[in-house]
Amino acid sequence: MAEAERRTIYEKSCCGRRAFSLPALDVAEVPLEELVPAGLRRAAAARLPEVSEVELLRHFTELSTLNFGVETGSYPLGSCTMKYNPKVNEVACRLEGFAGLHPYQPEALAQGALELMYELEQWLAEIAGLARTTLQPAAGAHGELTGLLIMRAYHEAQGRTPKRILIPDTAHGTNPASVVIAGYEPVAVPSDARGGVDIEALKALLDVDIAGLMLTNPNTLGLFDENITEIARLVHEAGGLLYYDGANSNAVLGISRPGDMGFDIVHFNPHKTFSTPHGGGGPGAGPIVVRDILEPFLPVPLVEKAENGRFFFEYDRPRSIGKMRTFVGNFGVLVRAYTYIRGLGPDGLRRVSEMAVLNANYVLEGIRDLFDVPFERRCMHEFVVSASPLKQHGVRALDVAKRMLDYGLHPPTTYFPQIVDEALMFEPTETESRDDLDTMIAALRAIVGEAETQPGMLREAPITMPVQRLDEAEAARHPVLRQRYPEDEGDGA
Amino acid sequence: MDYVPHSPADVAEMLAAVGVGGVEDLFSEIPEQVRRREPLAVPAAVSEAELLGELRRLAAADTPATSLVSFLGAGVYDHYVPAVVDAIVSRSEFATAYTPYQPERSQGVLQTIFEYQTAICELTGMDVSNASMYDAGTALAEASLLAGGQTRRGSIVLSAGVHPEYRQVLATETAGYGPRPQVVDLPEGAATDPQALAAAVDADTAAVVLQQPNFFGALEDLAAVAEVAHAAGALFVVVADPLSLGLLEAPGALGADIVVGEAQAFGNAMAFGGPGLGYMAVTRKLMRRIPGRLVGETVDAGGKRGFVLTLQTREQHIRRQKATSNICSNHALNALAALVHLSWLGKQGLPELAELCARKAAYLRARLLEVPGVDAFTAGPVFREFAVRLPGSAAELVEALVPQGFLAGVPAGRFAAEFDAGADLDGVLLIAATEKRTRAEMDAFVAAVAHHMAGAEVGRG
Repeated sequence: MAEAERRTIYEKSCCGRRAFSLPALDVAEVPLEELVPAGLRRAAAARLPEVSEVELLRHFTELSTLNFGVETGSYPLGSCTMKYNPKVNEVACRLEGFAGLHPYQPEALAQGALELMYELEQWLAEIAGLARTTLQPAAGAHGELTGLLIMRAYHEAQGRTPKRILIPDTAHGTNPASVVIAGYEPVAVPSDARGGVDIEALKALLDVDIAGLMLTNPNTLGLFDENITEIARLVHEAGGLLYYDGANSNAVLGISRPGDMGFDIVHFNPHKTFSTPHGGGGPGAGPIVVRDILEPFLPVPLVEKAENGRFFFEYDRPRSIGKMRTFVGNFGVLVRAYTYIRGLGPDGLRRVSEMAVLNANYVLEGIRDLFDVPFERRCMHEFVVSASPLKQHGVRALDVAKRMLDYGLHPPTTYFPQIVDEALMFEPTETESRDDLDTMIAALRAIVGEAETQPGMLREAPITMPVQRLDEAEAARHPVLRQRYPEDEGDGA
Repeated sequence: MDYVPHSPADVAEMLAAVGVGGVEDLFSEIPEQVRRREPLAVPAAVSEAELLGELRRLAAADTPATSLVSFLGAGVYDHYVPAVVDAIVSRSEFATAYTPYQPERSQGVLQTIFEYQTAICELTGMDVSNASMYDAGTALAEASLLAGGQTRRGSIVLSAGVHPEYRQVLATETAGYGPRPQVVDLPEGAATDPQALAAAVDADTAAVVLQQPNFFGALEDLAAVAEVAHAAGALFVVVADPLSLGLLEAPGALGADIVVGEAQAFGNAMAFGGPGLGYMAVTRKLMRRIPGRLVGETVDAGGKRGFVLTLQTREQHIRRQKATSNICSNHALNALAALVHLSWLGKQGLPELAELCARKAAYLRARLLEVPGVDAFTAGPVFREFAVRLPGSAAELVEALVPQGFLAGVPAGRFAAEFDAGADLDGVLLIAATEKRTRAEMDAFVAAVAHHMAGAEVGRG
């Protein structure tokens, strides 16, 4: 049977259908005009869909089947840490004592939430090996901006106004973007032959104008920078601070702490490292932890514990950079992260990293003969290979990734980091079993075989998905970003 | 407990396959001086049952607003969330997916974002909505950066009627980059004076910002201020409560260039203020400058309809330092919750809900103003929130009524530092009434306020 064209919920809408029910009006019905004068009222109602509750559920349930989540199958998307998101986290964050809290209710009525935040702050500081945490940032990139603004405040307090931030050429794209918004100029540091920071190039770039260095360790090649203490020494000697992009923390929990490596500011991605779900793009959180000298600059408020044991929000912090977001943080996400860390304990956290690294090495070993391995080193929780050997068949990294969908797998990150040609970046995560990994390896071996025998088919993959390859160029050339209605034709939207 | 599937035999065989003797050897490239040898000082592992017990203990130490008769608002509102919302957002295919970088296997989330973008455009009367932002404050900061980039001007003029926390976030986030904020005072309890704004606007003004309804609940004259902004070549930014747009005119119909706000009220728990749902919508002219993800409709190789992330050359993962924003993760699942709630309400239900809120708030306001000593603060019509002035401290009233089961409102005095030094906000209480508040609850609340006031009067006498 031919599949019908997919319809939006607006196209399924039928005038007069309804799912909603509202309480009956129990106060006097005054004329609308007395309530809000006509001049302020809407001329035309928003054209929201009109569907029954069953239609609504079927619509979204059908759409969910077109999606791929961690429970659908292996999701080795590099630098995204698509590990299993425990069900107990979801139960915890939905407890009424958490979900029903209003941000402006009296603190005396939110002591449990404040205690949770206070403890989570301490645990993250311990995992980072640094002094003090703010849970406020809403995402990793938001944590970066917070950390950079703290850097700025620190330098200004020293009477310095350096202008530049160093970033390795392997860094996540958010790093340079955050640097610009913090009012700094990003300067790229090249990688050396072993995939780490090129020390000689770094020395040449270090001068009085350097505010700091942002680094991911292990980096996006999945390699631990062995020179990290030397890098930290050099940057600190130049008066700069070290920022740790914690996106790859899943490799080093309880094994090596950023604070011990010499970093001054660390952000964590609870939606990566601490198992909170990615939600199809968010919400995440981006708590940051800083060295003691930076504590005065942390955003307001911080959670404090009074001598009588009561917890409270401290707003009176005169040297604070200010407020980074509305209210106090993505609390619902933080509850999940708390639940995860509390359940695992120190041994469980360490085992996460051990098995994440074992899994990555196991997959690399299983496929290394199929691809180019740009750096012959021990990988950490993720690794990058190059699909350039397949170019002789006219097959690219993208084709391998798309074909993986037909094998029931989510593809790895592609074409990143940009210093590796035809990059495929795999991060299996610790929650994949050996069987899952063997399936992934077997699929990749089969796909590379197909590259030789059926390259044309690979270039058209996926062939079993609800849609074939989509015309992204057309989408950008003639953007259609919302439901169109016949009556609107001609007005351009 | 942990979620690692490896048996001891798996580990041994996998280590052998990798060619190392033990797990320790996997970390041999980490220099010894930065290796952690002692266990992390975090509490020891517990079973799932013990874990939930611990979480329940913490949750029980809270008295959530939802367990009391709450009149709290100021950006986060206690609306009923229909059961369908959690049924959909709990589906792991939505909840546990990443950003849809592989469209062939992500049509579900891509289509829901397209539908969400449509709903936001319909509500606001704008051409283009992005896939979501973190919250209203950060969305406002992004609006300022957008306006600065578009106009190449160096300042932004905000009414003091914009939520003080949104203004704080804007000032903090853009401290190193983007237009400098300038705040124009508000006539007490009233809407912004367009003339006062006009006096602050000059040739360097990138944007003028109003909030609708404003922080104290007064309804702003958007069209008048749009004229002020546009006459000076500045953009007009509106921070709009999206639920109010079930009743109030769409900002897009009144001259807004950028509309941002907090959409937690649609489908999302209050959750201590996060994660909520920031939204942003712009005119088509600003489409290529809007931050964050955008989903567009296209066709596949066989001509079949499909959806993709589009105009990605605005974004950090493509353009790095030349991106329009650093945003990567957004609040997609919260946006899905909002879409489901809005679809449940539909074209008919949203205006009914908005009107219901407005009627409850109007009733409560009228009854409260009958109480001797309670004076009006917010002037003119309101939507679901208004402020009153009490003779004593508003914070004290809030505290006094908790034992009777009421959360009386948000004392405006806690934000005094963000308002004109001459403004006396100690007695000003911000009160919201959603559709969940019954007449009986509101009558009991008014009686409790009257009782408290009478007691306070006796105390003072």
